[in-house]
Amino acid sequence: MSRAGRAFGQRARRNEDYDLLTGRAQFIDDITLPDTLHVAFVRSDLAHARINSIDTTEARKMPGVVAVYTAADLGDYWAPGPLLVPPPPVKRLEFFERTQVPLAKDKVVYAGEPYAAVVATSRYLAEDAAALVYLDADPLDAVIDLEAALAAGSPRVHEDLASNVAAKVTQFKGDYGSIEQSADLRITQRFVYDRGTAAAIENRGILAHFDPKAQKLLVWDTTQAPIPIRGGLARMLGLAVSQVHVIAPNIGGGFGPKIMMFYPEEVVVPWISKQLGRPVKWIEDRHENFYATTQERGQIHDAELAISKDGRIVGVKDVFLHDNGAHNPYGLTVPINSQCTLIGPYDIPHYHSEFTAVFTNRVTVTPYRGAGRQHGVFVMERLLDIAAKKLKIDPVEIRRRNYIPPEDFPKAQEVIYQDFAELVYDSGNYLPALEKALVHIDYERFRKEQQPQALAEGRHLGIGVVSYIEGTGIGPYEGARVCIEPGGKISIATGIGTQGQGHYTAFAQVVAEILGADIKDIHVVTGDTREFHWGSGTFASRGAVVAGNACHAAALKVREKAATLAATLLESSPDQLEFCDGVVRVAGSADKKISLGDLAAQANPLRGAVKPGTEPGLEATAYFGPDRGATASGVHAIVLEVDVETMMVAIKRYVVVHDCGRVINPLIVEGQIQGGVAQGIGNAFYEQLHVDENGQLLNASLMDFLLPTACDVPTVISDHVETPSPLTPLGVKGAGEAGTIPVGALYAQALEDALRPIAPDLTICEIPLSPNRLFELVYGDEKTSPGRENA
Amino acid sequence: MKPAPFKYFRPESLDEALALLAKHGDEAKVLAGGQSLIPAMNFRLAQPAILIDINRLSALSFIEEKRGQMHIGALTRHSMVERHPLVAQKAPLLAETMPNIAHVQIRNRGTFGGSIAHADPAAELPAAMTVRGARICLRSTRGERWVDAPQFFVGLLTTAMEPDELLTEVAFDELPKKTGWCFVEVARRHGDYALLGVAATVRLGMMGKVKDARICFVSAGETPALATNAQDALNGQAPSAELAKAAAQIAAAQDIDPPSDIHASARFRRHLATKLTERALNTAFARARGETR
Repeated sequence: MSRAGRAFGQRARRNEDYDLLTGRAQFIDDITLPDTLHVAFVRSDLAHARINSIDTTEARKMPGVVAVYTAADLGDYWAPGPLLVPPPPVKRLEFFERTQVPLAKDKVVYAGEPYAAVVATSRYLAEDAAALVYLDADPLDAVIDLEAALAAGSPRVHEDLASNVAAKVTQFKGDYGSIEQSADLRITQRFVYDRGTAAAIENRGILAHFDPKAQKLLVWDTTQAPIPIRGGLARMLGLAVSQVHVIAPNIGGGFGPKIMMFYPEEVVVPWISKQLGRPVKWIEDRHENFYATTQERGQIHDAELAISKDGRIVGVKDVFLHDNGAHNPYGLTVPINSQCTLIGPYDIPHYHSEFTAVFTNRVTVTPYRGAGRQHGVFVMERLLDIAAKKLKIDPVEIRRRNYIPPEDFPKAQEVIYQDFAELVYDSGNYLPALEKALVHIDYERFRKEQQPQALAEGRHLGIGVVSYIEGTGIGPYEGARVCIEPGGKISIATGIGTQGQGHYTAFAQVVAEILGADIKDIHVVTGDTREFHWGSGTFASRGAVVAGNACHAAALKVREKAATLAATLLESSPDQLEFCDGVVRVAGSADKKISLGDLAAQANPLRGAVKPGTEPGLEATAYFGPDRGATASGVHAIVLEVDVETMMVAIKRYVVVHDCGRVINPLIVEGQIQGGVAQGIGNAFYEQLHVDENGQLLNASLMDFLLPTACDVPTVISDHVETPSPLTPLGVKGAGEAGTIPVGALYAQALEDALRPIAPDLTICEIPLSPNRLFELVYGDEKTSPGRENA
Repeated sequence: MKPAPFKYFRPESLDEALALLAKHGDEAKVLAGGQSLIPAMNFRLAQPAILIDINRLSALSFIEEKRGQMHIGALTRHSMVERHPLVAQKAPLLAETMPNIAHVQIRNRGTFGGSIAHADPAAELPAAMTVRGARICLRSTRGERWVDAPQFFVGLLTTAMEPDELLTEVAFDELPKKTGWCFVEVARRHGDYALLGVAATVRLGMMGKVKDARICFVSAGETPALATNAQDALNGQAPSAELAKAAAQIAAAQDIDPPSDIHASARFRRHLATKLTERALNTAFARARGETR
C-alpha cells in the first residue's frame, strides 16, 4: 500500500461531523420510550460505614414512586461484579480481588456508593423520594492516605482481608542491584501524582426496556464495550444472549471510565426493567459523576536513577504505591502500565520496579486516558531532568544520548505488559521526532535570544521538551463485516463503541482504499450488538489498530469476491481488474466496467442459482488479533510564561511530534492530539479532586473542579513521523492517549525553567500543580519561610 | 440535580411583587437572573418554598444618569451594563469590572441587582460598588429606603434587606474629575470567581496629591470592606510607585482577612492582594494624571 493512497492517508473531513456539530446526533438521553420510569440512586454521604438498616417507608409513600429497592430486594441477583482483567502472569505476584457490588449491603466503602434505587414516573419525583430514604449506619475511620493505609492498625476497607494491600508486583530487567553501587551518580527522589476525573462532556446513562411479551431486553448504554455488556447482562439475568440487544449510540466522550463494567447502575437498571416490565432510564448527573464514575491517577513513587558522568542511563529503580480506590475490577492494568511505560524511549539496561496497590475508601480506580502511563513518564522524565541539571548537560541532549537506536528494534523489555505479553517495542525511530520538535519550538533561538531578552524585560519564559512512548493496539481481537449494497453504498459493521474518535471516517478510509469507493458512500455502524456481536471494545488506543485491520481484512475478502464475479461478467481475469471511482474495470479498457452497486445486484440474483461453493452478495466478515501491542511514541515541547507575582501561567507555544506508524487520516490524529493535550493540561495544572481525611470530596462540581477552557488550551502545532508497525498489515499504531501522557512532565520541566531566576533550586515532583502550589513551592509554606514572598 | 418542589409566582408589576413578598417573604426567594439561585436549588442547597420571578418587571431594567448620579435598575442584565455608553463614559471603574464577571452567557442572564443582593464576597460588583460609595434602594409595601453599600453588606451572603424587601436599583456618583480607577483580578480561568480582586479609585487634589483613595477587595473576607488603613496611608501623599507598594503592603497586612480554600491559601491571597493592589494603584495614579485611559 502506498504511503497516502486515494483514501488512506488523506486529510478527509469526518463523515460524522455534520450530525455531531449540528446537534442531530442521537445520544442516550435523546431516546424516549412511552411509559418510561426514572431512577434516582441514593448514595452514601459517608466514605466508610457499617450499615445497620435502610428505611424506605417514607420514600415509598411519595407521589409518583413505583418502587424503592435495596440490596435485600435483589436477592440472588446481588453479587460482586466480574474481575475484568485477572492479574498478568508475573512471578510471585500477590493479588486480592474485591469488586464492586450492585447496591451496598453491609458496608459502604466510598462516599457516593449507592445503597438504594428509587423508581418514579419522573426524575424529579424520584429525587424528592430519594431524600426520604434513611440510612442508619455507624461511621468508620476512612482509609484515604496511601501510606497510612499500609500502617499497622489502619482501618481496613475490606475487613475480611488482612490489610489494605490489593496487590504487590515486582518486575525487573537486568540486575539493578549489581550496578547500584558502581554508578557515577545516583539520584533519588519522591514523586506524587494525584487524582482527577475524566469529566466527559456526556455523563453516563442507561435506558433499559424489557418487553415482557417479546421476552427481550433492549438496553442503550453509554459504554465503550457493548458486546461484553450484552453477554454479562444475559448471564446475570438468566436470559439467552439472543434475547438481549445492547446499543451504545453516539457517546460524548469515553476516556476509559466508560469501559468499566459493570457499574452498579448497569446491573440494577436492566433488572428493574425486567421486574416492572417497563422502560427504565437513569441519566447520571454532573454531581453524581464525581462519585459514581471511576477515576484515576493517585500514585506515590520513590525512584532512583543510576547514571554515568556523560549522562547515560545505567539503571532505574522505582518503588511505588498505587491508589486502587475501593475495588479493583480492572485488576492491575493501571499500575502495570505505569511500570512498563516508565522505561520510555530510553535504553535502560537495568530496571527494577515494584508496586503495592492499596485499597482506599475512595471511588474505584480504573483506566482513564493514559491509564497509568502518565505516572511512569513523569518519573522517568523528571529523573532525567534532575540528572541533566546535576551533570550540567542540556535536558534535550541527555534524552538524545539515551534513546534506543533505530537498529535495536524490535526491542524486548523483559517485563510483562497489560496484555499479558512481554513488552516488546515493535518499531521506533525517536531522534527524528525530537529534532522536528526542536525546529518547531525554535529551541536554539529560545535559549540564546528569546528567554534572555524576555528576562531582561522582567518576563519569565520557560521551555520544556519531553519524550514518551505509548503502548497501543492490544488484543485480543476485533472483527468487521463489510458489504457492498446493490445501491452502491458500502456498509461496515464492527463491535467496538464510538465516543468521538472518528471511526465512521477512519474505517471508511481503510475500506475505500481497497474497494476504490468514495468514503462518503461508506456507512459505518459501531456499538450495536445486533449489527455485530463479536469483539471487546474501544480502549487502550486500539480502535484503529485492531478494528481498523479487521476492516482491512474484510474489505480484501469482499474485493476478492467482487473481482471473481466481475472477471466472469467482464470476460477478464481478476488480476486484470482495477477498483476505482466506485467501478470495477478491466485495466486499459475504457468501456469494460461495472459499478460496485450493479456488481452487488448481480451477486444476489433473483433468478438462476448461486453456484456451489460460493455465497450470495458481496459481503465478508473478518477478524484481526495482534500478537502484542504496537508501541507509538512522540515528543511534546512547550514555551510558557509565568507571571512570578501571581503565579499565573500562559502557554506561548505547544508542539507535538507524534509517531503512530502509518496515519489513516492526519486530521483525525491531530484532533486526537489536540484533545489529548487539552486533557493533559487539565491534569497538569487545573484538575484535582480534593478530599478531606474523612473521604469527603470538597469540589464535586465543575465550578470547583477546574477543566481547562478554550482560553486555556492553545492550538497545538502538530507534526508526524511515520514508523510503520511491522505487526499489522496496515502498519498503524494507536494515537488515542498520546496527547495526554507527557503533559505533566512537560509542565514541570518548563515551569522550573521559567522560575529558575527566582527559584534556582526548585524541583517539581508533583502533579497536578496550581498557582497556589507554585507559590508554596517557590516561597515555602507557612512553617518553612513565613513572609519571604513580600520581600 | 433536580430542585426540591416549590411554588412559583410571576408578578406582572412591582406592586404585585411587593405584595407577594409582604405575604411570603419569609419562605420566598426572588428569582432574577437565577445564575446563583438555580444551581443552589439544583444541588438542593437552597430549598425555598416559593419563588417570586421578577423577570416580567421590565421597569427595573434601566441605566440612567440624573444630576451627576448613575442609576442602574436591579433587573438590568450584566451584558447591558458592560456595553452601555453611559457606563463607559461616567463609570469607567464599573466598565472595567464587568468583563470579569463570569462568562458571556452568564452575563447575558445575570442581573446587576441580583449580584448585589446575593452578597457573595467573591463577586466583583459588591466590591466595585463599595468603592464607588453606592446607595442601594430597597422597596417594600412599607415604603422605600436607601442603604449605603458598607451598611448593606452585613456578612457572608447576608445583607441588610428585610424578607419583604426588594432591591430595585443602585445609585452612585459618576466618577469625579482627576480620578483614576482600576479593577484587576486573578482567577484560575477566565470567568471563574477571583482568587483575589481589587477595585480602586484615586482622586487627586491640589498639588497633585492623593485626596481620596478608595480600595476594596474581592475574595478577601466575608464582606467587601474598604481598606481603610491603606486609604489613610495614601491620602495626602504624592502618588508614586513607592507609595503604591507601601500602601499595598498595608492593605494586605491590615485591611483584609482572606479565607483559605482549595484554590488558594489565605497566605497566597495576601500575597496576591499586595501585588494586585500595587498594580491597581499604579494604574489609577496614571489615569488620575490623565496619562492613560
